[in-house]
Amino acid sequence: MPLITYREAIKQALDEEIQRDENVCIMGEEVAQYNGAYKVTEGLWAKHGDKRLIDTPISEAAFSGLAIGASMLGIRPVVEMMFMSFSYVAIDQLFNNGSFCRYMSGGLMNVPIVVRGPANGGTSVGATHSHTPENMVANHPGLKVVCPSNAYDAKGLMKAAIRDNDPVFVMENTLLYGEKWEVPDEEYIVELGVANILREGSDLTIVSHGRCAMLSLQAAKTLEETHGISVEVVDLRSIRPLDEETILNSVRKTHRALLVEENKPFCGVDAQISHIIQLKAFDDLDAPIRRVSAIDAPNFYSKELEDWQLPNEERIIEGALKAMA
Amino acid sequence: MATTKKKTTAAAKKTGAKLKNFATAPINKSLSKDEKIDLYRMIVGIRRFEERSLRAYNQGKIGGFLHLYIGQEAVAAGIVSLMEKDDHIITAYRDHGHALAVGMSMNECMAEMYGKHTGCSKGKGGSMHFFAPDKNYWGGHGIVAGQTPLGAGLAFALKYKGLKGCAMAFLGDGAVNQGSFMETLNLASLWNIPVVFVIENNGYSMGTSLKRSSAEENLAHRADGFDMEWEVCNGHDVFEVREVANRAMIRAREEHKPFLLEIRTYRYRGHSVADANHEKYRTKEEIEEYKRTKDPVNVVKQHLLSDGTLTKELAKKIDQEKKDEAEASAKFADESPVAPRSEIQTDVYWEVDNDSEGELKGTYFFND
Repeated sequence: MPLITYREAIKQALDEEIQRDENVCIMGEEVAQYNGAYKVTEGLWAKHGDKRLIDTPISEAAFSGLAIGASMLGIRPVVEMMFMSFSYVAIDQLFNNGSFCRYMSGGLMNVPIVVRGPANGGTSVGATHSHTPENMVANHPGLKVVCPSNAYDAKGLMKAAIRDNDPVFVMENTLLYGEKWEVPDEEYIVELGVANILREGSDLTIVSHGRCAMLSLQAAKTLEETHGISVEVVDLRSIRPLDEETILNSVRKTHRALLVEENKPFCGVDAQISHIIQLKAFDDLDAPIRRVSAIDAPNFYSKELEDWQLPNEERIIEGALKAMA
Repeated sequence: MATTKKKTTAAAKKTGAKLKNFATAPINKSLSKDEKIDLYRMIVGIRRFEERSLRAYNQGKIGGFLHLYIGQEAVAAGIVSLMEKDDHIITAYRDHGHALAVGMSMNECMAEMYGKHTGCSKGKGGSMHFFAPDKNYWGGHGIVAGQTPLGAGLAFALKYKGLKGCAMAFLGDGAVNQGSFMETLNLASLWNIPVVFVIENNGYSMGTSLKRSSAEENLAHRADGFDMEWEVCNGHDVFEVREVANRAMIRAREEHKPFLLEIRTYRYRGHSVADANHEKYRTKEEIEEYKRTKDPVNVVKQHLLSDGTLTKELAKKIDQEKKDEAEASAKFADESPVAPRSEIQTDVYWEVDNDSEGELKGTYFFND
């Protein structure tokens, strides 16, 4: 199987979907002639032209709203946020119009858009550019959100998102863009709402998503080698819809849970997951559910401090040992 | 007909001094007798519907807000009468007039305000959120100016698909100072999108007069900053609205160019019915003067009486019919059931609503 980068996998998904459906178009800042701020769309403008790759001015509210309006008439825009943090200036469009038009019309319309872009910290760009708003998106019924942790999922989830008839946010990660994974040549889809067990284990379940799932996988190997703890790692892939069954089945097997995410802890995704576990697997738990989240402050600029602020292997191992205590 | 850039119609300056000129303009002269009567019927219908809804609100039958369109009826009626098959329309929360003009029934609109299952949105939207995509009507939006990029998006889709149509995006004078609107003006002009922005300038953004909210009171002039054509006209005479809007709509359809149309109009009631102060930020005389000289119902009636289209008897008969229809809609709404509780979680996700095979994966809703 070819080894390709996360960036290349997303580009393949966009390229294939543009060719599959004439209504799919990509719009955003620098996506066309500049080839994308993070080069995710590199070469697509040269290949598909102005109609399908559309450079926008720096006007997130206007082009997000325009994409939503166009989607009501059957266009399927994929809107790139150069940083998902920039979606904050388009919140009214995305969260009011994107999520509620269908509901407030009593189901007379739907909004098949994709909003994609990097949503991560860890790159020394300061707090304003380091948001991880998957929890905010998930808090709006009508919206869906996925957080691919690897190239295979990034391609498969992107294709599923584009074909979905509801608005889907795809949270990417600049620290993963250059990482490589095996991705098959044959077409495939990763369905929304299906988690992935990255590693099987019997002593502790780690539930995670996005890049943190990869960090958790690494920590699980270390925990096995240095502490003899067998850790199962569940990668959510999709936040809303959420694969509760895979989470619960794992916890029922291991009886202990550690939840790892880059979100800030208060009302983070893991707050909801923790609630679900205690509600539906209370009697299976041998210890309190533990969490490793970003240390609860705006993201630090200085690299050394931000690297400590975000979940890392050391903090995940520390959390795992507490969960095992 | 080519549009003259930066033209304020003579009548806009002389406030209605040349009414007859518009009635005899080609676009209006081509109307059949029945079509003219339909215009009158629509304007009267909107008026009577809203008067009845006001009564229902005061009786406690309607919740939330009620933003009445009374005084502005000729704008929606006039512009919608020009719409063709591939033209689309979207507006803000003062949306009853546009809804009735596109052909939504009084029953579904009144029932929506009553919060009933028989309402156009099953009671999920209320007064501010009427929709009828089958009639090219895309709402009904509650956040000031939030609908303007959506309107540009409808027009973008038309152009993308190669359809010859335009999108009519309505907003109030209070919306012109929102960033989303100005961003959208830029996009529409930059990309040559066939959208006509219609500012229904009723002089007040809630309780704040134009003078107190906008540094440049000639709102249409903002188009200059985006290299966009604009025009200003009055909104009390349906024939003037039609004549001026027609040019903008033809230009949008034929040339794929956006247009900014400022229509000077007036609302008789407060920003919403809850706006009890509306006679404090403006004088009673101001309201009475407009009603006396420029009432849209009277203006169209006088046109049609003077050219022999209408008789006083027919006008009276139509008026009574619309009062009866509005009354019947209130009865219909009152007697309709509210939606069952199971409706709370329908219409959230298209995929859930259409998952007849039960193939969807994962949990979509998160109550215990």
